[in-house]
Amino acid sequence: MRGTHRGERPVSIGVQIRQRFSDQRFATLVQRFFIYTVLIMSSVAFLFPLFWMLSTSLKVKEKVMAMPPQLIPNPIDWANYPETMTAPDFDFPVLLKNTLTYGVIETFGIVISCTLVAYSFARMRWPGRDLFFILTLATMMVPGPVTLVPVYILFKQIGWIGSMLPLIVPGFFGSAFIIFLLRQFFMTIPMELSEAVIVDGGSHWTILWRIIVPLAKPALATVTLFEFLYCWTDFLGPLIYLNRAELFTLSIGLYAFRERWVIRYDLMMAAAAVLTIPILILFFFAQRTFIEGITLTGIKG
Amino acid sequence: MGVLFALPWIIRLLTLHIYPIFAAFYYGFTRYTILQPPVWLGLKNYIKIFSSDKLPMQALYNSAYYSVGSVPLGLVLALFLAILLIQRIRGLSFFRSVFFIPSVVPAVASAVLWLWLLNPRVGLINFVLTSVGLPRIPWLSSAVWIKPGFILMSLWGVGWTTVIFVAGLQDIPRHLYEAAQIDGAGLWGRFRHVTLPLLSPSIFFNLVMGIIGSLQIFGPAFIILAGPTGGPQNAALFYVLYLFRQAFDYVNMGYASALAIVIFAVILALTMLVFRSSSLWVYYEARR
Repeated sequence: MRGTHRGERPVSIGVQIRQRFSDQRFATLVQRFFIYTVLIMSSVAFLFPLFWMLSTSLKVKEKVMAMPPQLIPNPIDWANYPETMTAPDFDFPVLLKNTLTYGVIETFGIVISCTLVAYSFARMRWPGRDLFFILTLATMMVPGPVTLVPVYILFKQIGWIGSMLPLIVPGFFGSAFIIFLLRQFFMTIPMELSEAVIVDGGSHWTILWRIIVPLAKPALATVTLFEFLYCWTDFLGPLIYLNRAELFTLSIGLYAFRERWVIRYDLMMAAAAVLTIPILILFFFAQRTFIEGITLTGIKG
Repeated sequence: MGVLFALPWIIRLLTLHIYPIFAAFYYGFTRYTILQPPVWLGLKNYIKIFSSDKLPMQALYNSAYYSVGSVPLGLVLALFLAILLIQRIRGLSFFRSVFFIPSVVPAVASAVLWLWLLNPRVGLINFVLTSVGLPRIPWLSSAVWIKPGFILMSLWGVGWTTVIFVAGLQDIPRHLYEAAQIDGAGLWGRFRHVTLPLLSPSIFFNLVMGIIGSLQIFGPAFIILAGPTGGPQNAALFYVLYLFRQAFDYVNMGYASALAIVIFAVILALTMLVFRSSSLWVYYEARR
């Protein structure tokens, strides 16, 4: 419709532009404006709670509950952080040490064991393999609370309650979900590559370390990141098994803090920020690994 | 050789996953306080759950309420955000990260944050509500509002679901939208007849995970209410909180195991129902 028609007076350039503009450009412009507006508004809504955590953590005690609330703390008071970290129930160095012990060792165990097991499920043949793989999938569907009590009793009977062992040791024996993830990834690596190693007289170890692990680095990175994050955030496990303050992780420390200091929101938010900021930094540096990892989990539902 | 590689997992699978299921069944028929060996009770625990003890059914109701509120709202919000996130505009990876960030905030940190946000008197959410002329809501101190409070909080964590939807939406071939447009389908028509059917595997996945996860809500309520207390008139006594109370506050391991078996049966039945319904609305042939 646009442009000149034969036998008609040529439409002026100005009209042409205006028509183009109204037909298409204008529609996309409105659409974009709408999309941006909604995206920005939702972003504000999603980020505001975190901003509020930081803002509250930097307020002096008297200004925390001021009405109307102060958006930006005035004065900015960093003292809540040292006060939080030296509070009697929030022994930060100890909590951090315990959390890292749990996170680093457990994650190490998970990555090593799950790589081996996933390789076995993906690339090796042995009687009962498919049965055990189906059982592995089935256990992922069993809700956590079902096994909570018997597993606790089991650890109680072998005297592990009140130690890090129930949190760390199982990691060295694998985890259903991660085995499943890695297996799916290993399956995508061409079989010819491992056959070439076998022709050259190499063993499964050689295939695993020379072929699979180097090619699966992105998947292994995702798993490492997720598992560490899981440990850092874990609440129920430490809550049940760690019954002494010397063993508490940051999560349990913050929970104990919340029980004691419920009216001091400035201190509570500072403690929450101490738990959150390292994860945000980690997320900032490893965004792609995070997002691709979840996509990986969703694809094979 | 293969068995050797898988041996650690086989050991864990048998001791920490399969044995405990049978053990839970067994303990469910007993009175067991750990200190003394289990005493056989037959069906008494189950009879108690369904008759004399009123709390398990109230707790199940609370969890179901939470599930019915948080799962559909979460799916709709996540789908809405995901559709925005696949538009061809600048800064998408920034926005995607923004929506995902709340999902990586440690559970305890996010719980104490929401305890503060939902504070009835000086919380930020009530400030926002009152400043636009809405009434103040007594969130955590009211039996009526406490569950909606937890549902609201759950919506902050839809980033996970959103990312899965984004991946699903990106898999939909563009030419289908173009074909639909040529056939005269409008925005809604394209959403209804292209997006929804082709996204149904992702919706199905998120729905199943959502149901399973939400019925087991524990952490936020435990932290916000300082233990398995249940809030005003037990309105936020979620099922797993009650199980925890029986197991670790009262050391009724037998009764707690029976409670566990009941929620297991409920979740299993619901999951199977959703799986069976999937043939009616999930289009697997669309997957490449």
